[in-house]
Amino acid sequence: MISTGGYLVQLTQLLVFLILFPLIAAFFLLIARKDIEREWIVKLSTLAIGIVSVFLLITTFDKGTLLEYGVPAEPTGLIMFIIEILIAIYILYLGIVHRKWLVVGLILVQSVMMLYFELVYAHSVHVQANLFIDEFSNIMALIIGIIGCLICLYSIGYMKSFHEHHPEMKDRRPWFFCIIFLFLSGMFGLVFSNNLVWVYFFWEITTLCSFLLIGYTKTEEATNNAFLALWMNLLGGVAFVGAILYLAMFAGGVMGLDALISTGSVIALVPAALIGFAGLTKAAQLPFSAWLVGAMVAPTPVSALLHSSTMVKAGVYIMVRFAPVFDSTMTGYLIAMVGALTFLIASGIAISQSNAKRVLAYSTIANLGLIVACAGIGTYEAIWAAILLIVFHAIAKSLLFLATGTVEHRIKSREIDDMNGLIVRMPKIAAMMVIGIAGMFLLPFGMLISKWAAIRAFIDAPYGFLFIIILAFGSALTLFFWTKWMGKIIAVTSDSTNIEGEVDKSEWTALVSLAGLTFITTLVFPLLSTKLLEPFLLANYGNIAQISQDNIIIMILMLFLIMVMPLSILLPRRKHRHLDPYMCGRPTTQDMRFSGSMGVQKKTVLANYYLDTWFGEKKLKTLGIWICSAMIIIMIASAVLFGVFL
Amino acid sequence: MIDLILAIVFVLVAPVIGALVAGVDRKVTAHMQGRVGPSILQPFWDVGKLFEKEKAVVNETQIFYAVCYLVFMVFTGALFFAGGDLLLVIFALTLSQVFLALGAFAAYSPYSYVGAERELLQIMAYEPMVILTAVGMFVATQSFNVSDIIATKVPVVLVIPGIFLGFVYILTIKLRKSPFDISTSHHAHQEIVKGVTTEFSGPTLALIEVTHWYETVLLLGILFLFFGWNPLLAVIAIIVLYLLEILIDNTNARVRWQFAVKSAWLVALIVGIINLAALYFLSGGVP
Repeated sequence: MISTGGYLVQLTQLLVFLILFPLIAAFFLLIARKDIEREWIVKLSTLAIGIVSVFLLITTFDKGTLLEYGVPAEPTGLIMFIIEILIAIYILYLGIVHRKWLVVGLILVQSVMMLYFELVYAHSVHVQANLFIDEFSNIMALIIGIIGCLICLYSIGYMKSFHEHHPEMKDRRPWFFCIIFLFLSGMFGLVFSNNLVWVYFFWEITTLCSFLLIGYTKTEEATNNAFLALWMNLLGGVAFVGAILYLAMFAGGVMGLDALISTGSVIALVPAALIGFAGLTKAAQLPFSAWLVGAMVAPTPVSALLHSSTMVKAGVYIMVRFAPVFDSTMTGYLIAMVGALTFLIASGIAISQSNAKRVLAYSTIANLGLIVACAGIGTYEAIWAAILLIVFHAIAKSLLFLATGTVEHRIKSREIDDMNGLIVRMPKIAAMMVIGIAGMFLLPFGMLISKWAAIRAFIDAPYGFLFIIILAFGSALTLFFWTKWMGKIIAVTSDSTNIEGEVDKSEWTALVSLAGLTFITTLVFPLLSTKLLEPFLLANYGNIAQISQDNIIIMILMLFLIMVMPLSILLPRRKHRHLDPYMCGRPTTQDMRFSGSMGVQKKTVLANYYLDTWFGEKKLKTLGIWICSAMIIIMIASAVLFGVFL
Repeated sequence: MIDLILAIVFVLVAPVIGALVAGVDRKVTAHMQGRVGPSILQPFWDVGKLFEKEKAVVNETQIFYAVCYLVFMVFTGALFFAGGDLLLVIFALTLSQVFLALGAFAAYSPYSYVGAERELLQIMAYEPMVILTAVGMFVATQSFNVSDIIATKVPVVLVIPGIFLGFVYILTIKLRKSPFDISTSHHAHQEIVKGVTTEFSGPTLALIEVTHWYETVLLLGILFLFFGWNPLLAVIAIIVLYLLEILIDNTNARVRWQFAVKSAWLVALIVGIINLAALYFLSGGVP
């Protein structure tokens, strides 16, 4: 890439701004005590981050991969190392206080490995460019900058009513917002770093942030689940340090992502397998799915953040980055198989869940599984599908979480069966939720386009038929649990009235923006594909994947059809005669009460099917944990064998 | 690649063919049961009468979902007959099916609610095999486009016989034939309350009937693809298979949904793995 010096300096400034600015905001949020101050800091800084991430796209547009030499390795590396040590001491302290010996052990192992690296090898590592940006980083930055910021915005209103609903909990909002912005900073750092040691540093930051956020409410359950998340992610962290050490010891200290990926599977396979393992833990794949489900105890914006724009996306981001190394290797297939099986099993478990947030959690795990499957296969078509999945999943899932959070505060329940007739009780929020659900699995919307892309990718992949069969079954399960949820929301119950009232402005802004994004991204998807994905694929794989012009037109047509159909409600129409639902001839009152035996008045209650005997969580999870653990062990072993023989 | 004229022809002609198929179906069924049966034009009169009935609903949103069901079914069929992408057709078909279930959910009545859940079970049962059918077509003809699949000289059914059998198996579910008519049945003797369509009546129910006509033609169209290289054979095969479906319909009692789902999945799994794996290895690992 030949560019003028001035341009690169400007670019460096942009990247550094995105990494450091959220830190400054985090600091001010920590010291701001008044609601109004906090509100404005959040509003202004999210606006700034959003604008800069879009501006970054504009400046780097059409320029391919740009390596940044502007940030010096040395003082920065030292500062990072010191922060890492401080974090390790902090975690060590918490681990000892709460008697979580697994965490203590893991953090000790990790710190010792990192110390060894820093003392013995660090000086021999030379990375030309510490930061970089390409189309994929750009997409990730947009997801973090826009969706992440919308979630922050939503948190203003949500956290206020959260503490009104839970007076027993200590109001630690300054801390909460501080960590959220720290999280954004860590994510930006992660996607812009070219130096693997830096990637690791930001990786650990996201682990720490998620740990702190999950444990926010400080209840016993929250604390336990936070530590669960911590040890699983620390295990991934140990694997990550292992990869760094391996590279330092056997590969002459190649630490740049660019250099590593271009060397292919010869030296990078062992580190890629280790980092792939770290990715599996962070992306909550089986057998590590428990931490993401446990994370549901946190306030809803945290779940939205973990599930859509940060944390789990960090896991799949790094796997997609290493995908060229995985292409046609045993290691790659095994990782892909873990992902595919996770998709199938998690989709099944989602059927048996009645708690809305748990359904969302399992659906996230399932979709991440699909992304991991694509990354493990590692062909250009698969990567195309994987990146599309990352984008569309982030939008639809954050919308669903935020809508569920708003509903939860109103109906005081997370149960799907309690969302009966939501379309009557809270039409606006219900509409948002329906858009979110449709965005997850119905045709003209992005997630389905991505699934379609995944099918095509699997067909061309070696042993692809296995993946296709898994995908076919998984999709059928997905369809079942989403539609039954949607059916609950849109049921028109005769005894309910509109209790929606005023939705908090910040919450409403976030919801409407995300719903709008669901439509807009589907509409501009061809542009996204040709302008960002194709150059990325061409540069990394020398090949491009796309959907034919005809099909794009058809889908846009369908999108318009979907948007126009609800307008038919506005049409003038003749009055229809209204009849009561068929109740088998029993005398029924207007609010669906009928006289049961012994003259008791009974209310009609309709609940969904959960098929617990087939899809019970315990049964399927145990099965998944065994199979996937076995695969991961074989995966690591095969990579190590491969590394030893070559 | 997309042929607009064929799409328009489908929109206009499909309901007529679909209704005639339904008429023949009833006639043959009647003969099998030792009755004379209605005229084969009876479905037209039935739907015509439904349209003349009073518009009575539990709530207005039902009409919206019924219209969406029809519109997207027509869209799907038009896309298929215009030679569009088979995967896209399948996903659009799913969208349409979801609208029917939503219509039943929207009424919030116990019977239609259970009907909707059972409808979803049914979709869950056949969906894997439908996707595998599209993939099988691709493996056999190297294209997802219906226009290419139909123009191929490859005897598709001989390349993917397993997938063909699997598709025939789930066709019984898709046509709502006994023993797999678990969400709603065409036969009065199967159930007292009409499952997923319980709360639809008059013109709204007529829309759903018309949608079924379109759907039947679409499904027969997919059958045609298996024999695309020889149109005459294709027509014969379709007639034989449809008569077979009627025979199965009249000789089997409804099974429990557990059996319907399990058996459909088992069939999809077995034929899917065997057929696709065989093709994969025979072609030397290059799909």
